[in-house]
Parts: sequence; C-alpha cells; structure tokens
Amino acid sequence: MSFWRNQKIRGWLYQLAALLLVVLCVAILADNTLENMRTRGIQSGFGFLLQPAGFDISESLFGFESTQPYWKAFLTGLGNTLKVALIGIILTTILGVLLGVGRFSQNILIRGLCLMYVEIFRNIPLLLQLLMWYLLLVEFLPTAREADPFLGMFLTKTGLTLPWFGDMPVKAGFGIKGGINVSPEFLALLLGLVIYTASYIAEIVRSGIASVSRGQHEAALALGLSRGQAMRLIQLPQALRVIIPPLTNQYLNLTKNSSLAVAVGYPDLVSIANTSINQTGRAVECIAVIMAVYLTLSLLTSVLMNAYNRRAAIKER
Amino acid sequence: MAWLRANLFNNMFNSAVTLLLGMLLVYAVSHLWGWGIHHAVWAADAEQCNAARGAGACWGVVAEKYRVIIFGRYPFEEQWRPFAATLLLMALLLASCMRMFWKPWLAALWLGVLAVFFTLMHGGVFGLSVVTTDQWGGLPLTILLASLSVVGAFPLSILLALGRMSALPVIRTLCTVYVELIRGVPLISVLFMASFLFPLFMPEGFSIDVLLRVLVAMTLFAAAYLAEVIRGGLQAIPRGQYEAAASLGLTYWQMQRKIILPQALATVVPGIMNNFISTFKDTSLVTIVSLYELTGSLDLAVNSDPNWMAYKLEGYLFIAAIYFVFCFSLSRYSQWVERQVNRGKAH
Repeated sequence: MSFWRNQKIRGWLYQLAALLLVVLCVAILADNTLENMRTRGIQSGFGFLLQPAGFDISESLFGFESTQPYWKAFLTGLGNTLKVALIGIILTTILGVLLGVGRFSQNILIRGLCLMYVEIFRNIPLLLQLLMWYLLLVEFLPTAREADPFLGMFLTKTGLTLPWFGDMPVKAGFGIKGGINVSPEFLALLLGLVIYTASYIAEIVRSGIASVSRGQHEAALALGLSRGQAMRLIQLPQALRVIIPPLTNQYLNLTKNSSLAVAVGYPDLVSIANTSINQTGRAVECIAVIMAVYLTLSLLTSVLMNAYNRRAAIKER
Repeated sequence: MAWLRANLFNNMFNSAVTLLLGMLLVYAVSHLWGWGIHHAVWAADAEQCNAARGAGACWGVVAEKYRVIIFGRYPFEEQWRPFAATLLLMALLLASCMRMFWKPWLAALWLGVLAVFFTLMHGGVFGLSVVTTDQWGGLPLTILLASLSVVGAFPLSILLALGRMSALPVIRTLCTVYVELIRGVPLISVLFMASFLFPLFMPEGFSIDVLLRVLVAMTLFAAAYLAEVIRGGLQAIPRGQYEAAASLGLTYWQMQRKIILPQALATVVPGIMNNFISTFKDTSLVTIVSLYELTGSLDLAVNSDPNWMAYKLEGYLFIAAIYFVFCFSLSRYSQWVERQVNRGKAH
C-alpha cells in the first residue's frame, strides 16, 4: 500500500492539518488582539482585580462598598447569581412538577389551564417576560405609603417585605420598617426565570410520566391506591429516570438565563462584569471571568446531577 | 351532562376544584375583558388614554407607534422596503416548510432571496437610497437574525456533529471542546464577545459591521446546540448502515452524504425546528448589545415620547403577541413534521 493510501497515515495527516488550522487561527486572532490593544493603549492583565472598584452594588449577600477591590465585586455578583439560581431552581421544580402532573388530572379545567400555561410562557422570549414583570412591579404596585399588609407581607414599588424570624414589617412614615426586603429587580428576575423554566419542566415531567406504561397506573389502582398515591408512589418515581437528564439541562439553562439580570438591573455576575468593562476597558479579562465561572457552574451541576441520576437509574443485575 | 360529570364533577374533590377554579377564571377573565377590551381605548389619542388610565388598556399606543415598533429606526418613507423584504423572506420560510419544496434548488432559492433581501434593505442600487445597517430594526431584523443564524449554523453543526463522532481523537476533542464550551456559557457572554472582542480580533484598520458581528456570534452559538441535535440523529443510525455502506466501497464522505446524513437528518427535523424556535426567541437578547430588533425597537418607540411612555405594558403585550404567533405556529409545524416522520417509519 502506498504512503498516501494508508488509512492510518491519512488519519494522522487530517488531524495534524485540523490542529494546525486551529492553532493558526488562534495565533492570528491573539496577535491581532495584542496589536490592537497596544495601538489603542488598552492595558491587559488581571492586575486590575486588586484595584478598588469605585462603584456601588445595590444588593449583596455579605455587604459591598465601592472602596473594595474588583475581585470582591465579582464575588458579590457571583453570590447574587447563585442566590437567584438556587431559589429559582427550587421554586421552578415545584411549579413545573405540579403543572406537569396537572396534565394528567381527571378535571378538564386543570388539564386545560396547565396546557395553556405551557403554551403561553414557552412561546414568549424570556427577556420580554422579564421586562414585563419588572414593569408591573415598579409601575403598577402601590407606593410604600399606600400599601396594606397581606399576611404580614408588604408588596410595594420598593419590592416585597417579608417577616423574618419574628421581626414583623410595619409601616413607618414614608417607608416600611422591619422584616427583610426583596428588591423588585430580584423579584422580577426570579418570577421570570421560575415561570419561564417551569413551562419547560412541565413538558419534561409530562412526557416522563407518559413514558411509564399505563399498566403501572392500572395495577396501582387495582391494589387499592388512590390516583394521587398512584402518581406519587408508582408513576413519578419511575418517570424520574426519564425526567432527570433533561431536568439537569433546564437547571443549567435557568442558571445561564439568570445572566439576563443585566436587562432589569439586578447586579448578577454579568451585570458586574459589564460595569467593570465600561469602567476599566478590560473586555478580554472580564469576559474570560464570566465564561470561566459559568463553565465551572455547568460542570459542577452536571457532576452533581449525574451522581443523582446514577442513583435513580434502573439497577440491573 | 355525562361529559360534565366525567370531566368536571366525578367526585367531591374534583367538584370543589372545578367550582374554585371556575370562580377564579370568571373573575380573571371578566377583569381582563374589562381592562383589555371593554374600557380600552383603541384610538391613537393620548388624552383619551390618560382619562381611561387604570381602568382600561390604551391600545392607541400600538395604533400610534406600530411603524416604529415593527420597523425600528428605518427611514419612514422607505419602510415599504423592509416590508417587502420581510414578506419575501417569510414566504420563503413558509415554502421551506412544505414538502413539495424540499428539493436541491431550494438552497439556490435561499441565496437568491437573501440577495434580494439585502439589496432591498441596504439599497444603493436601482435608485434606492442607502440605508446603513445601524438603522435596520424591528421585525425584519428579528426574522433576519433568526433565519440567517440557523441557516449558517446548519452546515457548521453537521461538521461539528460528524467531528464529535469521528474516530480521529484530535478532531473529536476539538469538536467536543467547542460544543461544550459554547453550551456552557450564556448567550449574553457570547454577544458581549461579539460587541467588545471581535473588533479587537480584526487586523488594524479593518472593522466589521455590528450586525455582522452579532450574526456571527448567534451562528456560532446556535451551531453548538444544533450539533448536539444532529449528533442525536447520527447515534440513532444502526451500525449496520455504516458497515453496509463501507462494504459497498463508499468513501467516508460518500457514505455520510448518501447513506447516513439523509436518514439522521430526517429523524431530527423536530429538534432542528425547536432549535430554530429558541434562536428566534434568543434574538431578543441582541437589544442588550444595542441592535434594535423587535424588543429594542419597542423601547425606542415608547421611551422617546413622553405622551406614550406610560403605556409600555400595552406595547410589550403587542410584541409578545407577535413572538407568540411565530413561535406557536413553528412548534405546531414541528409537531406535524414529527407525525410525518413517525408515519414514514411505521411502513
């Protein structure tokens, strides 16, 4: 066999060519970037992370002041991202499962409403939904002065004020005192993410349950279980095997979609990075930080969910 | 009666749920009816709208601003051009959905229509005045971004999917890293890259248009997701097909082109459609890097005019309805295709 006809050798040549092409592209782009940065006087390097940020962050888990360095600002943003993602994932799972199970209700009203919910919220862009929630929360709610408490909570233009360990919020002068306040930005982002993602989870749960054979349901009823028990004890656990992998994807999507916070002014990681780019001009570094953080988050989530999936998967002998 | 009993009142619990939900529904619908239709103002009259504020919707904002909402900053007298161009593109999209047009010349038709689209939008020939891309906006931009990025992503994603299934380790690794890298980060960071970093990537004195940069970013993003869809289809092809093709003496590319890809792509048409729907919704994000597509042009239309600023919600509902009509019909179409494919398999 001649040299050029040898499958193995040709394979290596193709790979070498592909690798060279990629390396060449990266080298050209990197060279252009360095050249451009030099001519435009853009400084590079991660040294700026130690400089004081000089901007305030409207909400943070552990407090943040503008004199603190950039790396702390990024950390605050990451904390805010994780906060909205974690709470969002819990709430959207509950809502999504309820909606998915609702599609199997005997009551046609429940079935119809669940279907309508899914079709409406899945077919409108998340960004638009977020903007609408934000508008509703800051324009159409009463001011703190006019608000009346509902179950001890206040829902006003300044957000939602909840009782916190016996500390009841009360009206005082122009504002509300006590309790803990949830900002309208956070609330809009959370509402949007939860409601949008739940429409996808509902479909995942529905198709998961539909994949469990009908005989299981009938057998459970024949054993004298109620329909609710049959769903909870027989159908859902078996459906879980089908549900978990796409559910993981939805959790990842919710976390990634929380980056739309920048549109409603919630200071998540991407918003902070955006502000930092505008202040320092270090676009390369800031975007690298965003990407590194999200890649790590994605990886962590998939590792965790894969571990859980192995437990839920069918154990074969 | 029997139907009512079976579906709404078959036991105590269900009867209670029906009554409760029914009451809530009547309450919600009557309020929505009152706000959205009965007390609503339909005329483009700011004073009337102001009087009805709180009680009824002001659809007048749509009547007044629809041209800016739909066409963005495109010069007012020239707006027949984006209108015609969009109509043409939509007709082509519709035709591409029909079975009788699934022929090789459809690709040529796409190229032709896109050329006409850009000529109409940009002008500069046949006596049309030049309209630079920063003035493009609204629905034409949304449809352009969605369809072009999916069309562009399609060949790229086939290569990526084949690469990820390849027996050559270096190529497999490169494709896997690309797909997982893009799928691991939010679209917004890729768009930031397009708007902040792409200009730095270019050699000095060479600048590319922001629309093109965003288009490239969306294509690269969509390709990673589409590659996974197509890989799913490739994995569904039984090994026997590969072996049979190889034993017939076909080369790798002949095998892919004539045997594997036609079967694989047919099974993943619904997945491809879903990808198109997501991309269509994702175009709303380009607002954040200041391209005025539908969502951005609404802000532009309403925020610039103090008389109408208070009626943004009605504007949002209007464009939400536009998005809904597109995405809903696309998803219905994808379900139809899925049934067609399944029927084909049953034979």
